[in-house]
Amino acid sequence: MNLLELHNLKKYFATQKAVDDISMNIEQGGIFGLLGPNGAGKTTLLRMITGIFYPDSGEILFDGKKFNALEDARNIGYMPEERGLYKKMKIGEQALYLARLKGMSRADAMSSIKKWFVQFGMESWWNKKVEDLSKGMSQKLQFVTTILHQPKLIILDEPFSGLDPVNANLIKDEIYKLAENGSTIIFSTHRMEQVEEICDHIVLVNKGQKILDGTVQNVKQDFKDHIYQVGGNILAENLMTHIFQVVKLQNGELQLKLNEGTKPNDVLSFFINQGIQINSFNEVLPSLNDIFIKLVDGTGTARAFQPVN
Amino acid sequence: MNKIGLIIGREYFTRVKKRSFLITTILVPIVIIGFYAAIIAVMIKGGDEKQSIAVIDDANLFNGKIETKSKSYNFSFIRNETEQVFATKYKAKGFDGFLYIPAFQLDSPGRFTLHTPSSASLGTTAALERIINKAIEDKRLIAQGFDPRKYEAIAADISLGNTIDTKEGSKQSMAGVAYGVSFACGILIYMMMIIYGTQVMRGVTEEKTNRIAEVVVSSVKPFQLMMGKILGIGAVGLTQFAIWIILMFMMQLALPLIFPDIVNQMKATAENPAAASMAANIAQGISSLPIGKIVFSFLFYFLGGYLTYASLFAAIGSVVSEDQQEAQQLVFPVLMPIILGFVIMTKAINEPNSSLAVFGSLFPLTSPIVMMGRITYEIPVWQLALSMALLFGCFLLFTWITAKIYRTGILMYGKKPSWKEMMKWAFRKS
Repeated sequence: MNLLELHNLKKYFATQKAVDDISMNIEQGGIFGLLGPNGAGKTTLLRMITGIFYPDSGEILFDGKKFNALEDARNIGYMPEERGLYKKMKIGEQALYLARLKGMSRADAMSSIKKWFVQFGMESWWNKKVEDLSKGMSQKLQFVTTILHQPKLIILDEPFSGLDPVNANLIKDEIYKLAENGSTIIFSTHRMEQVEEICDHIVLVNKGQKILDGTVQNVKQDFKDHIYQVGGNILAENLMTHIFQVVKLQNGELQLKLNEGTKPNDVLSFFINQGIQINSFNEVLPSLNDIFIKLVDGTGTARAFQPVN
Repeated sequence: MNKIGLIIGREYFTRVKKRSFLITTILVPIVIIGFYAAIIAVMIKGGDEKQSIAVIDDANLFNGKIETKSKSYNFSFIRNETEQVFATKYKAKGFDGFLYIPAFQLDSPGRFTLHTPSSASLGTTAALERIINKAIEDKRLIAQGFDPRKYEAIAADISLGNTIDTKEGSKQSMAGVAYGVSFACGILIYMMMIIYGTQVMRGVTEEKTNRIAEVVVSSVKPFQLMMGKILGIGAVGLTQFAIWIILMFMMQLALPLIFPDIVNQMKATAENPAAASMAANIAQGISSLPIGKIVFSFLFYFLGGYLTYASLFAAIGSVVSEDQQEAQQLVFPVLMPIILGFVIMTKAINEPNSSLAVFGSLFPLTSPIVMMGRITYEIPVWQLALSMALLFGCFLLFTWITAKIYRTGILMYGKKPSWKEMMKWAFRKS
């Protein structure tokens, strides 16, 4: 079942088509990666999903019903890329305030805050102010305030920036747990190795348009270059053939690219016929990073301003 | 609606709990009142203890005897001494001061001198001047062939009363008190509008630059955030007024206990009839003012003026970044009508029914201040009603426009938008 459906969303600013006709579905309980270069329209898209912006046209369905920013705020937790907390406010009061703004009762909010503060080892922070915290600590606090009200949809914009590996893992584990317990997570980033590790499903946007949509495995299959890694005692003089091209040969390890019409088994036969010992043979799938660069590169690193009409 | 309550609560309590709020609210008036009390106490000091004063009367002005109703001074006449010699001795002889009256012509009195170890109080010099003047006048009357006692019976000393005739009946007025109250109310509204307006602006800029605004507007409407902030800070202002009024009442009760001397002095100093009658006049003047009307109008115009301007300040706060200079450029046009209102108010106090005063008290951008300048005078009901209606309408209009600027501005980072862009945001549909 889809928790969130976007149909033909458009949002134009004076000098930018920030989001230009994007549609996508996000399944309940998954971890969804929203990728794109800087200025691709990710933040604008997320702001429409959180109800901060109204789309110029298009429709958002949340939990099967038309999205209503005020009512559905209760079910959404949003952690923007630029962190925001009141510097001079006590941490406990701040968490309580943000949870109650989401519509929690005072008692519910308190018990939820206590639970999360214990889990993250933040009990001693209650009477401290945000200005007393380090960047990583305030990041943790921001994450906790985002999920305090047990939202169905959690939107995290670059959640790991500024975190050391220990704290990053702590939050990563929480993200997995939340997804297991049925929360849906939208994870916006341009750090591809994290996406590959965490996400089930990705969408790539560039220049306000969706250019890729699918599960991580499918996307990799779609973009594979038919490159194989062959392990064995291979020498350069063994490679006189037209069925593949050599990408790289190093210490007897060969990377090759299949030519049109060649099957992987043809390669194996080719080596076996020459009596060469093969230790390993596997397909090399492109990393998301490669796919990202391949798709986005050449379209200009920065978006040029364009007239809308 | 519940959420706007939460926002108001946060804005209100974070400010009221701050130490600086307590200091400005409680300490500042105490310091000011204490300062004035100290000045008054010093000025009129000199009567509470008996001072013995030596007199060398070379002109024989007093005939060896000074008649005075005051019990504060004890005069002793010294004979066979010169001014220069006695000036070195009077302290040792136990005198607090020494008055030297040289021989002089009645039509051109010379220079009389009071010697004291340290500077004499104003009360002492004034009392001695009165005594000497009286003696010279008596001598002059005798020289002209009048009996001084008869003259005293003839002399008149009246004070002019002013009765204001309103529909509710006639009342005694005291022009000075009406003037003072009008001016104080006008200045208070002027200051509060600027101080609290600036606080709104700072608060909005803080939320924007801290990026907390984005988190909050994913839970509530931007309009709720803006109004919550404006109302919360307005409530802080009302709290401050309430504390000041309570403090004032407490002062009124406590002042006689803390400074019994002053009050006794004011009542008892028959030699200072001007001060005594002034105190009585002030008391009478205050009781003649339409207190209910003043308090109601003050609250209405404070709230109306504050709300109208606060929305403008919020819009400015939402479009600037941390750079204070940017904010100042934009604040200037907003401050202009406030300052203009203050200038018109100072005129309106003197001429409450001039056309400038009437215009200023109807025009919603200046009316909160100017109307305060006219408030102690009789204002036609239609003017008051029209002024309030215009102010309320202006508040609605400004809030509607500024909310749109605020909504866009609070999520925009980077360059400050131009006036043209802001106008576009303000008048765009939806």
